[in-house]
Amino acid sequence: MELKRVVVTGLGAITPLGKTVEETWTNLVNGVSGAAPITQFDASKFKTQFACEVKNYDPKEYFDRKEVRKLDLYAQYAMIAADQAIADAKLDADGIDTNEVGVIWGAGIGGLKTFLDEVSGFAKGDGTPRLSPFFIPKMIADIAPGHISMKYGFRGPNFGTVSACASSTNAIGDAYNLIRLGKAKAFVTGGSEAAINEAGVGGFNAMQALSTRNDDPKTASRPFDKERDGFVMGEGGASIILEEYEHAVARGANIYCEIVGAGMTADAHHLTAPHPEGLGAKRVMENALKDNNIDPTEVDYINVHGTSTPLGDIAETKAIKEVFGEHAFKLNISSTKSMTGHLLGAAGAVESMACILAIKNGIVPPTINHFVDDPEIDNALNFTFDKAQERTVKVALSNTFGFGGHNASVVFKAL
Amino acid sequence: MSDVASRVKAIIVDKLGVDETEVTPEASFTNDLGADSLDTVELIMEFEKEFNIAIPDDQAENIGTVGDAVAYIEENAK
Repeated sequence: MELKRVVVTGLGAITPLGKTVEETWTNLVNGVSGAAPITQFDASKFKTQFACEVKNYDPKEYFDRKEVRKLDLYAQYAMIAADQAIADAKLDADGIDTNEVGVIWGAGIGGLKTFLDEVSGFAKGDGTPRLSPFFIPKMIADIAPGHISMKYGFRGPNFGTVSACASSTNAIGDAYNLIRLGKAKAFVTGGSEAAINEAGVGGFNAMQALSTRNDDPKTASRPFDKERDGFVMGEGGASIILEEYEHAVARGANIYCEIVGAGMTADAHHLTAPHPEGLGAKRVMENALKDNNIDPTEVDYINVHGTSTPLGDIAETKAIKEVFGEHAFKLNISSTKSMTGHLLGAAGAVESMACILAIKNGIVPPTINHFVDDPEIDNALNFTFDKAQERTVKVALSNTFGFGGHNASVVFKAL
Repeated sequence: MSDVASRVKAIIVDKLGVDETEVTPEASFTNDLGADSLDTVELIMEFEKEFNIAIPDDQAENIGTVGDAVAYIEENAK
C-alpha cells in the first residue's frame, strides 16, 4: 500500500507572545520574552512567582457566558487556536466531507483548575458531595477534541494524546500517520495547556523543575546558559491543520509545507530525569528522519526541547551531536521556550508552528537569554543565541520530551 | 414576584445564560431555555445550595419548568 503525502494547510495560536499566529511569530523573531509576574493567583507564598501567561486574556472576547462555564481554560485555548487554524485552512468550507476530518489534540494535564476548584470546594464542605455535573467533562484531557468536533461536525477519528510535554507532538504524529494510511483526509491537531494555578505551579515547584529567578523573570528561561535553573511555565495553545496532499491541491488550499516524519520513543530510565546520554532523544530523531529517508545533512533547523533545566539541555545536545555528527555544527538550533516559556502539553504544537514558519519565512527564531557558556555544553553548536538568523530552511525538526520518558519528534520540509 | 421566585430566576439567568424576560413560570428548562441534561442537574444543585434543601432525584425529575421549581422550593424550604 502506498502511503499518502501529508501537508500543512492551516495554523492557529494563542500564546504568551500573542493571541494570533502573526503576533506570536513577530515576537518570536524579535526575541521577546513572555515572562512576567503571575496574575492568575496570589503566588506570594510560592517559590516561583512568575510565568509566561497569555496576556490580557478575556474569555468574553471569544465565548458567551454559558460556554465559558463549560470550558476549562485549557479547552478555551484549544477552541481559540483551532478556530483560527480552521479558518486559515478554510476547512469549514462547503464541499469538505466532514466525515473525513478528524481531531487529535494534545494536553499534558487537561483541566487542572477545574479539578482544583471542584475538589477544594468539596474539601471545604461538610462531606456532602456537591460536585458540578460539569466537573468531569470540563476536566478530562480529551474533551478539547470533543468540543472542536461538535462545533464543526468533524466526524473523523477523534481523541486526545497524553505524554506530558510531548503530548501535542504525539498528536501531530498520530494525525500524520493516520492520513498517510488513508484513515482521514485532514486533521485539526495541536495542543493546549493551562496549568498556571496553585496546583500546577505548586506541583512543579515541589519537583524543583521551575526557575525561581523571581527578581528577573524575563531572563529566567535561559536554555543552554550555565546559570539556567529550571523551566518557566507557559500556557496557551496552537493548532495545525494537516491534510492529505492531493486533497489539499484539489481544493486549492494554501500549503505551508510538508510533514515528512514523526518519531516516538521512550527513555525507560527515570520518572523525570532524561537519560544522561540522551539515548531516547537520539533514537527519536533518527526514527523521525527515517520515515521518508531524510538524510541528517538535509536538516537546517532543530527547534529543541531545550527547557532550561540543568540535565535536559545537556542530554539533548549530546543526542544531537550523535545523530548529526559534523553536520550538527552547520545547522541552526534554537529553543523558543526561552521566549514562550514551557507550554507543557502544548509545547510541541507551538514549536512545530515555529518550524513551519521558519521554513515559510526563511528565518530562524533565536534562543534568547544567553549570558554564560556552560562547559558541559558544546558551544561550537549554533544555538542562534540572542538574535534571529536568516537562513533558507528546507527541513526543520522539532523535539519534545515528556516526564515519564516520552520522546516525540516531527520533521517538516519545504514543498 | 416572591422572594423565592426572584432568587430562582437569578440562578437560571446566571447558569443558562438566558435573558430575564425568557424566565417565565411556564418556561421549560429543556424545551424553552436551552438546558441539556447536565445543565438541569446543575440547576437543581444550585437550588439546593441557595435554599439549603435537599431535592431527592425522584422529586427533581418532576421539576421541569421555572414554576415547578418555585413551587417545590416554597413548599420545602425551611
